[in-house]
Amino acid sequence: MHIFQTSYTSSNTMKTSYLIITFLFITNFIQAQANFQKEFQTKFIMVEDGETIQLPSGTFDLTTSLWLDGKKNITIKGQGRDKTILTFKNQINGAEGIKVTNSEKITIEGLTIQDTKGDCIKVQETKGITFRHVLVEWTSKPNKKNGAYGLYPVMCSNVLIEQCEARGASDAGIYVGQSKHIIVRNSKAVNNVAGIEIENSLYADVYQNEAINNTGGILVFDLPGLIQKKGGFVRVFDNLIKDNNYKNFAPKGNIVAKVPDGTGLLILATSQVEVFNNQIINNKSIGTGIFSYYMTEDPITDTAYYAYPTGIYIHDNEYERRKVKATGKGRLGLMFRFKLKFGKDVPDIVYDGILDKKKLDNHKRLKSGFQLCIRDNKNAQFVNLDAENDFKNISKDVSIYNCSLNELQEVILGSNK
Amino acid sequence: MSNKSFTLLVLAVISFCISSYLSINQRQRESVLVVPKSALSEYGFFIGELKDLVPNDGVVPYSLNTPLFTDYALKARFVKLPKGTKASYEAKEVFDFPLGTVLIKNFYYPKDTRKPQKGRILLETRLLIHEEKGWKAYPYIWNKEQTDAYLEVAGGSKNIVWVDKKGKKQKLNYQIPNMNQCKGCHLVGQEIKPIGPTARQLNGAFAYKEGKENQLVKWKSLDILEKLPSEDEIPKVYTWNNPYEGTLEQRARGWLDINCGHCHRAEGPANTSGLFLDYHTEDPYQWGIFKTPVAAGRGSGGHSFAIDPGHPENSILVYRMESTDPGEMMPELGRTTVHQEGVALVKAWIKSLDATDFKVGRE
Repeated sequence: MHIFQTSYTSSNTMKTSYLIITFLFITNFIQAQANFQKEFQTKFIMVEDGETIQLPSGTFDLTTSLWLDGKKNITIKGQGRDKTILTFKNQINGAEGIKVTNSEKITIEGLTIQDTKGDCIKVQETKGITFRHVLVEWTSKPNKKNGAYGLYPVMCSNVLIEQCEARGASDAGIYVGQSKHIIVRNSKAVNNVAGIEIENSLYADVYQNEAINNTGGILVFDLPGLIQKKGGFVRVFDNLIKDNNYKNFAPKGNIVAKVPDGTGLLILATSQVEVFNNQIINNKSIGTGIFSYYMTEDPITDTAYYAYPTGIYIHDNEYERRKVKATGKGRLGLMFRFKLKFGKDVPDIVYDGILDKKKLDNHKRLKSGFQLCIRDNKNAQFVNLDAENDFKNISKDVSIYNCSLNELQEVILGSNK
Repeated sequence: MSNKSFTLLVLAVISFCISSYLSINQRQRESVLVVPKSALSEYGFFIGELKDLVPNDGVVPYSLNTPLFTDYALKARFVKLPKGTKASYEAKEVFDFPLGTVLIKNFYYPKDTRKPQKGRILLETRLLIHEEKGWKAYPYIWNKEQTDAYLEVAGGSKNIVWVDKKGKKQKLNYQIPNMNQCKGCHLVGQEIKPIGPTARQLNGAFAYKEGKENQLVKWKSLDILEKLPSEDEIPKVYTWNNPYEGTLEQRARGWLDINCGHCHRAEGPANTSGLFLDYHTEDPYQWGIFKTPVAAGRGSGGHSFAIDPGHPENSILVYRMESTDPGEMMPELGRTTVHQEGVALVKAWIKSLDATDFKVGRE
């Protein structure tokens, strides 16, 4: 209050008092800034099961993650993607923007999360998680300093992601890991390393999404060393997978750092995957890839891990690509340049041809149910790389894969709407 | 000063005061809602001046052989069991404490590490209370006057200055966790559990008022511990910074156990990574040898393996321990600085590992 006294004795009192008023407003404002951090976090802790946490309109500069734990039937509701914006560009604490753990039936909707140091929204061990109308983004140019994941449900069940958008993630924009019963639909992923990634996850429907201008548009991966060992029963359909030629900006060491720029859709070691009715356009290196884990050249120390993609059915997709070379970057770039030498005529569907010897019949073909089937795709060129034999017998003959598999069933979520 | 501007000024001052008063009042109300006691003093854990932390009857001080690093803060720990009850010994996990047990952990910095007599700055006191529905964590923040600490579910931060053991002035923005962040470390499965008071951590001497004694023996003589086996059956974590105790590997893995293993274990929140750093994991691949990252993002630091034997400089584990960036550092919470001495220990251990000792299969 000494400023008050100073002003009172000052000769230029009028000016000073305005100054003080301004000062007080600023103090109040700064206090408000510090208070909403506390206010939001307190709401996240104190909210009772069944309640909605309303986040007001405005741009809020937060320095610590907001964490919801052990709650049921909670909606975290912003006033709309363009209205409620939580920015974490000055974050000093916590590895994500919003974190949800050990909960049931949680909905996050109508808000934007920006520029977190780690992941934007991580949801772990939660039964029933819905993301709706959520934008997660890094506002700077895509670079390896961006956080890893935009939307990141892991070890969850009944996951619904709809009308969401992810931009600039240095790993995956929309990533579902080690989860069960998943729908990702009507969403958009732009300028991420991986647009949408389904990893070690069971029963997923990915449809009517746009994956544009990422390094890899949609990835379906099974990786070793995880708790949920096996993914599968994944349907990818009715998506627009276009121009995924962005240079790979993932930090090295991560599996997505090995995804070549120009990848539309890549299936890595996951079994039971059906890919249909997609438009797969102008992805310069791999329109659709079907790879075993051996293509990563990483050692496998997990004895319970299954490294081969089996039961893969690719049908009724539409392909289109410009006459351009595949990428020359990374290990797979070297493969394109020195082993495959396709020039500008790069096939759309690329199969590594590495077979699980235990699953072969008398004709050295994969047994029924485990085969790769490719049919009725529009404008698709195919190649089997014969990667196992140092690319000796590269074959573009797709006729032996002209078969069909049982269509996978639609994913039905539990009552978490 | 004109009348008009003076009135404006007075109004502004009044509105400022009211808004400050309201927010304080609101905070107090919210605190009371959560637990019966909003101030640390109300529990009666200590006698005399609260800041001296002189334990009341039935409040027993303890220490851990190798504690978790929290920005060089020191910790004064106490346990209080309800009268006439006992904790039950466990060989691997935290002891089974009866309902009503309170673990009291006071975080402080000495004003001058070289001269403890100059006093200390108490920052926060965390209580773990064993309630009917399980353990619950409550963070209390000390006031400026150091007369009491108040419950603050949303945590907070404090700028602090102290002098380290080399006489260097240190400054930092100390982070006090919110109630959920407490769970970030203390969750095992779906339940909150204490981390420190295990047999291996308590199996060491403590300088009691009455003299130095092994803590487990003392607990038994105080009649607050049952089923204590014979001495040679009790496991021990070696003091991480005492080169005369245990092997380099034992000390490094002990440090990793307390700093990382509470999360990075099969039942912990970091099980998503498949990296298990608890004391009981025996598969070298699971504790990171030639293990590729899963969701590390830029936390990989461009390296391929959690531990590259012989090469700490290529190991993600070391990279993340050396980072202070919230998006890549490990542990995710509880520090804003690097534990230089802990990093040196883990580096020395990784350096001592020989890659050829670990078989890496490619089927």
